[in-house]
Amino acid sequence: MQGLLAWVPLLPLIGFLLLVAIPLFYSKEPSEKFVTAIGVGSVGISALLTAIVATTVFWQNPGEVVNIALWQWMLVDNLELGFNFHVDWLTLVMLMIITGVGFLIHLYSAGYMREDPDFRRYFAYLNLFVCAMLILVMADNLVLLYLGWEGVGLCSYLLIGFWYKNPANGAAAQKAFIVTRIGDTAMAIGLFLLFFEFSTLNIPQLISAADSSGANSQIITVATLLLLGGAVGKSAQLPLQTWLPDAMAGPTPVSALIHAATMVTAGVYLIARMHPLYMLSETAMTAVAVVGALTLLLAGFSAIAQSDIKRVLAYSTISQIGYMFLALGVGAWSGAIFHLMTHAFFKALLFLSAGSVILSLHHEQNIFTMGGLYRRIPFTFICFAIGCACLAALPFTSGFYSKDQILLRAWEFHDGFNSLWLAGILGALVTGIYSFRVLFLVFAGSEGSSSSHCKDANNTVMRVPLAILATLALFGGMLAPPLQSVFGTQTWEHPAAWVEGVAIAMPLIGLVIAWGLSRQQQKTGEKRSPIMQFWFSGWGFDWLYENLLAKPFRNLARLNHKDIIDSIYKGTAAFSQQLNSLLSSSQNGQIRWYLATFAAGSILFLALLVAL
Amino acid sequence: MPFETAPGLEAGVLLASILFCLGLAGLMMRRNIIFMLMCVEICTNAAALMFVVAGAHWGNADGQVMFVFVVTLAAAEVAIALALVLQFYHRKHTVDIDQLNELRG
Repeated sequence: MQGLLAWVPLLPLIGFLLLVAIPLFYSKEPSEKFVTAIGVGSVGISALLTAIVATTVFWQNPGEVVNIALWQWMLVDNLELGFNFHVDWLTLVMLMIITGVGFLIHLYSAGYMREDPDFRRYFAYLNLFVCAMLILVMADNLVLLYLGWEGVGLCSYLLIGFWYKNPANGAAAQKAFIVTRIGDTAMAIGLFLLFFEFSTLNIPQLISAADSSGANSQIITVATLLLLGGAVGKSAQLPLQTWLPDAMAGPTPVSALIHAATMVTAGVYLIARMHPLYMLSETAMTAVAVVGALTLLLAGFSAIAQSDIKRVLAYSTISQIGYMFLALGVGAWSGAIFHLMTHAFFKALLFLSAGSVILSLHHEQNIFTMGGLYRRIPFTFICFAIGCACLAALPFTSGFYSKDQILLRAWEFHDGFNSLWLAGILGALVTGIYSFRVLFLVFAGSEGSSSSHCKDANNTVMRVPLAILATLALFGGMLAPPLQSVFGTQTWEHPAAWVEGVAIAMPLIGLVIAWGLSRQQQKTGEKRSPIMQFWFSGWGFDWLYENLLAKPFRNLARLNHKDIIDSIYKGTAAFSQQLNSLLSSSQNGQIRWYLATFAAGSILFLALLVAL
Repeated sequence: MPFETAPGLEAGVLLASILFCLGLAGLMMRRNIIFMLMCVEICTNAAALMFVVAGAHWGNADGQVMFVFVVTLAAAEVAIALALVLQFYHRKHTVDIDQLNELRG
């Protein structure tokens, strides 16, 4: 039964290969039904297999750990790496999210992308992405994890730039790739450092080695900080968050899959997976928490000022992952994974219903041209409203349970009132404001300029995933995964009632503020005050990086346009060519000239002989 | 063992040198390939004369032996060279050496 798990990442890979290989066998493009059967089917079966293994193996025995050794990957001196999978409850939760939510998004995509000329290419990329993500979470050593990590990065590049004919999309794809590369480089260095210290990259061995030996704490601190660098890049946290809002250039289901539900959570997974190492270093823990707290506030305020429906969601993703980092930083491991799970549900729901809105409005994304849509697309409205409620963590939605756990833990971690908790609470208020603002601007109030030609674009394959995700988002709070086997039993006493009260009240206050804000903004339109403009630009990070890094680099490149180093080699070549033309002009074919030079040479030679 | 210096040595060397220089100058200045051949002959004969003069000076027969060799060589050289001249004339319909300049850099 456990062996079935090996098929989970393999099936999407087979799907990808089939979809890619089709042109080798058939000259004409296969029908959309056929592509859907392969693309959606492969992930669907993976989800089914995961569910079977989860219920039969893991549900009965929460402490179960399945190791699957497929083959040896490389053996260099004392570095032995296997293509091996290590599945415990943490991995299983990720597997269920990736295959489950992934399957729903695939299904929705079949409806959303219908009539796209590159339907096959789309599903090929999507399958490859799922495969890479599955390898990432199932890997039992960090190099295999890194393989999945890079695969995910590659697929995100391909999918963000899916509509490559628009140069802006290509630029967004490159930005995502390059910015995450910075983090990946840090992570690679971290891996080298870990191997240098522990002579192994196998995760369980690494953890036991770090636990038992009095390992060099400085090296562990540096290594964990470098791994955090990788996580920060992939999870779009401060200071590498700039790629994610631009990554909305891809098709909307891609945003749901990559930039909400799965890929950006890879960083959270990495830190949760390596948590025993982080626990050894207080500096690293604090860094994780501070990065999370800063990011969640920064992205939250940015989300308030956005006018593109997808960019609001993009910033909300960054902000929610900030919450997860905060949770990791204060040691609420299972809280972070729980929030990761509920976030996957409601953010996929939000993105997919946003996709429905966009499709219904014929690819209009500006929320200021929308309004009053609840009458025209009620089903999408209900889904989006549920998603917003979960995102804002209104009581009894899934987001409430997971976020509450994080906030309480942040309170308790530093014995009461502290800046991390304050950031979380303020973030909860901001989340309430931005999520309900977009809801009200799009669906409530008077109709905007593009609302009038709204036509419900949902078909059955799009409604079904939306309905399932809405149910999961509402009731996912009851599905807290039993992660004690991975993280140990974590108990903490409940703080004072008012602390909990504040956590409940904040989203509601946010809702009220959002109502006022959206009323006012619907009147004033897209005009922004200076502070809003600042938030709109994402706190000027793009401007900063453009001027601090990109521009000097471009200037340097322009300066070096003729390649200064190359001129040495070019100079050598030119010199010998000059010499050659000089000598070859003496070879003029005139025998009498040769004779004269010969005679002159002889005379010179004789004269030399005489003189000496 | 050298004999005492023969009175004709300096005159002989001078003559040979003048002859050689004449031949060389003619070789460089003439464009007609037949005249160039004749200049070569003058050069070889200057060298042969030098052998004879030197042989006479040291009272050694080797100089005369070398003279016979030089004459033989000159005969062989003329035989080959005339054949080449003939071929050249057949191909180019000229005896101007400057027309033979195709092999150049």
